[in-house]
Amino acid sequence: MIESPTPQSGQTSANSTAPAARRLVLVGHGMVGQRFLEALVERDGGGAWQVTVLCEEPRAAYDRVHLTSYFSGMSADELSMVPAGFMDEHGIDLRLGDPAVAVDREARTVTARSGETFGYDALVLATGSYPFVPPVPGHDADGCFVYRTIEDLEAIEAWAKTAKTGAVVGGGLLGLEAAGALRAMGLDTHVVEFAPRLMAIQIDAGGGEALRRKIEELGVTVHAGAGTQEIGVADGRARTMALSNGETLDVDLVVFSAGVRPRDQLARDSGLAVGERGGIVVDESCRTSDPAVWAIGECALACDGRVYGLVAPGYQMAETVAHELTGGAKAFTGADTSTKLKLLGVDVASFGDAHGAAEGCLEVLYSNSRAGVYKKLVVSADGRLLGGVLVGDAGSYDLLRPLCLAGSPLPAPPEQLVLPESAGGPVAIGASALPDEALVCSCHNVSKGAIRAAVAEQGCADVPAVKKCTRAGTGCGSCVKMLTTIVQDELAANGVEVAKGLCEHFEHTRAELFEIVQVRGITSFTRLIEEHGTGLGCDVCKPAVASILASLSNGHILDGEQAALQDTNDHFLANLQRNGSYSVVPRIPGGEITPEGLITIGEIARDFGLYTKITGGQRIDMFGASVDQLPLIWARLVAAGFESGHAYGKALRTVKSCVGETWCRYGVQDSVGLAIELELRYRGLRSPHKLKSAVSGCARECAEAQSKDFGVIATSAGWNLYIGGNGGMTPRHADLLASDLDRETLIRTIDRFLMFYIRTADRLERTAPWVERMEGGLDHLRAVVMDDSLGICDDLDELMQRHVETYEDEWRATLEDPERLRRFVSFVNAPGTPDPTVTFVAERDQIRPARPGEEGVSLPIEGSVDGPTAGLIAGPTLEVRTS
Amino acid sequence: MAAERQEGARAGAARAAGPDTLVEIGAAGSWTPVCRLADLIPGRGVAALVDGEQVAVFADHDGAVYAVGNRDPFSGAYVISRGILGSRQGVPMVMSPMYKEAFDLRTGLCLDADDEPVSLPVYEVRLRTAVVAEVG
Repeated sequence: MIESPTPQSGQTSANSTAPAARRLVLVGHGMVGQRFLEALVERDGGGAWQVTVLCEEPRAAYDRVHLTSYFSGMSADELSMVPAGFMDEHGIDLRLGDPAVAVDREARTVTARSGETFGYDALVLATGSYPFVPPVPGHDADGCFVYRTIEDLEAIEAWAKTAKTGAVVGGGLLGLEAAGALRAMGLDTHVVEFAPRLMAIQIDAGGGEALRRKIEELGVTVHAGAGTQEIGVADGRARTMALSNGETLDVDLVVFSAGVRPRDQLARDSGLAVGERGGIVVDESCRTSDPAVWAIGECALACDGRVYGLVAPGYQMAETVAHELTGGAKAFTGADTSTKLKLLGVDVASFGDAHGAAEGCLEVLYSNSRAGVYKKLVVSADGRLLGGVLVGDAGSYDLLRPLCLAGSPLPAPPEQLVLPESAGGPVAIGASALPDEALVCSCHNVSKGAIRAAVAEQGCADVPAVKKCTRAGTGCGSCVKMLTTIVQDELAANGVEVAKGLCEHFEHTRAELFEIVQVRGITSFTRLIEEHGTGLGCDVCKPAVASILASLSNGHILDGEQAALQDTNDHFLANLQRNGSYSVVPRIPGGEITPEGLITIGEIARDFGLYTKITGGQRIDMFGASVDQLPLIWARLVAAGFESGHAYGKALRTVKSCVGETWCRYGVQDSVGLAIELELRYRGLRSPHKLKSAVSGCARECAEAQSKDFGVIATSAGWNLYIGGNGGMTPRHADLLASDLDRETLIRTIDRFLMFYIRTADRLERTAPWVERMEGGLDHLRAVVMDDSLGICDDLDELMQRHVETYEDEWRATLEDPERLRRFVSFVNAPGTPDPTVTFVAERDQIRPARPGEEGVSLPIEGSVDGPTAGLIAGPTLEVRTS
Repeated sequence: MAAERQEGARAGAARAAGPDTLVEIGAAGSWTPVCRLADLIPGRGVAALVDGEQVAVFADHDGAVYAVGNRDPFSGAYVISRGILGSRQGVPMVMSPMYKEAFDLRTGLCLDADDEPVSLPVYEVRLRTAVVAEVG
């Protein structure tokens, strides 16, 4: 990724004869420095500037905001902010590990540590900040670290291997990030904060308390209102930490994260004006006291008298200077410091006047310490939103912050805006409540009005067009949801019909098509599209209709016309992987498997040379199979009694279970037995999206049933049924639908819930959003499936009964039918020839797909069931050559 | 072989004749028979090896046959033949199963490419009904 700098003759010395381009020196290559370069080259099409960058760190700009993800496996390369080839493409001379040490403003030169001198016509300082380490005794002992660079993190990681207890000095944003990292490395973790609460700058006392409780639940000990007085040192290593409240902690690793200071020494030494408390003084155009010198980011003291430690204002300053240097103008007069982040998994947000400093303001509070939620809004006497703090649930931040910044009257009484929906807060206010001046995308400064204008005046007809036109939603992406709503509202307001149909071929929603298919008794896509649609169909409507047909009629999905409707995964009854090979998942109901079963799977994977991995759903995934191999693999699985696991289908995946009362000391019911029963009942059930389930044998909830589409938790009196949970990208805790059910009622209720969902959900809509958008909410759902308020339960029961009675294993049925088997060849005109482009190399004693440029080997189709090649395929014997 | 009937040599122009009709792909100046028309499920594809190249061959519901390169330019995997067929504003297209970009079956042009045009190679297709004479 990072290439060694290539010195270019002619621009490396002050005395060089300058070409037509003027010379620009950027000191510092952090996130803001890189953003400046990008903004400059974007505007400087003619190459008016010849740029040299002096970077102190040994690597080019990387994402310091997400530094902590380095600990969770993100590599330095992945953190890099510099697109491949960027420097070369734009002729930028980047000097890594060679910081500027002196500026001669008279001669307009910068001297680097290497001794080389660079002349400039414009100098941009983006030197950033340095961590403040309180000068307590012992602060420089071994085992004391700061948290700023990748090198810092590498050092912490190495030291933590032999450490037991870590302490973080500073309970601000970065300190809590560091604490989370120490915790994740298995250290007993303390946070010592001098202020009486955590994140004192951003949030108030109530929010701090809620955050503290949440964080202590995670096993981090918080010492608030305590100063660090001394680090006790033995053999040169940090051993103890004495606090001002008299406590002494035994520690062997200390991270200082007590704030940052602007790095303004270079500016000071060269006589530029700096602030009393540090920071290079700049004006609205980010120009310093020398008109040829600019300063941006954390090293600058902005014209509003503030030093901004957040990246977004730094980016704005970078844009400002890039405009200045390319004949434009864009003032930086200050920035919004609202923040929303997830600290140790806890949502924390703060915006506007979070501390209620304005005169005569009122506070509206909602606090629920059981759920760990705290919300406060600061409202002016005349009802405008001034600011707020959200801890534990920051879902309303995207709406509240623009409202606050726009300074317009609230669209609803403030108490309704903080109450959770379950407490009667009908907070159904949406983007329509925002005034036009409300800022929707803060990365690119795009207001709601600008988005509406893009639709109404510039003719943008969809979200991608608006993104291209306004750049809204192309930064961090957090506003895309709101952007979409605004665009749709505006399209509707302009009389543009927003199609709610499935796709261009059907004007109906999936739910409507389901009704049509059921009522008319339609059994083919051709008939449905001829009578109710147009065109030939597409990848949206074909699989959706295939799923409806499968839910209703239960025929084999590879038969007749249905074969042409399936996604590739359904078409081959396996999961397509990145190199064109497939993975195979046999069903392991409830996660229960005999030793014989395990051995069988192991033998099959070994014989075919497949990569194996345990899935999150308590089963085993085998990767690397070619289409030709799938029937051979399944012949052996089916012979051993395994069935399709439907990992490839929009269907029931797994019913996960904990071990239950049979073995567990705490279990109160047989969770494994129920999980198996449920999985066998609903296996093969085609639905609008995949379905996941779990059964826990007691309230400890080891099976994580509350993150599933339907989850069951044992009670001493029966079973509690939860529905609408989700993990993945948009996690949602499931809702309790009914308590203490007996087995029969439980299963009947799940039957109806699933069939009601299958009948009414949109295409690819999981149960979580389906439940959320249901009119009348959970009460309505309960009335439908438990009290039969719509009178459809007989119908739902009958549909499920039909599913249960007609279920057959898709793979067994496929193997029995030569017609269905014909598709499993790589090449229609060369059966038996494997795809030569699907190749593998060995890694950690298994195969993985060869990457571009790597020379891998193909695997023989036949595996080595009886043949002489047994044992040749898997493991370290796979010969690997890399080119 | 006593007689043959050629059904048209342009992709898309080919129409079904009978179950034994052969699908032939034109490449490097010659025609390679790859399968019988009956081997193609309308709306789906197969992959074939033609002169060392991987070709994806499709039949649509109207009986038209198309052939394009099997390599998905976005993922580098040879999977185009496993995509779903359909139409977009009347344009017959195949959707790559990997990252779901659509390609015009007639021209190979990607309908979802943002900046620079991306396309699949297009091969000529002809359907040939060969009447095989018994010899001796």
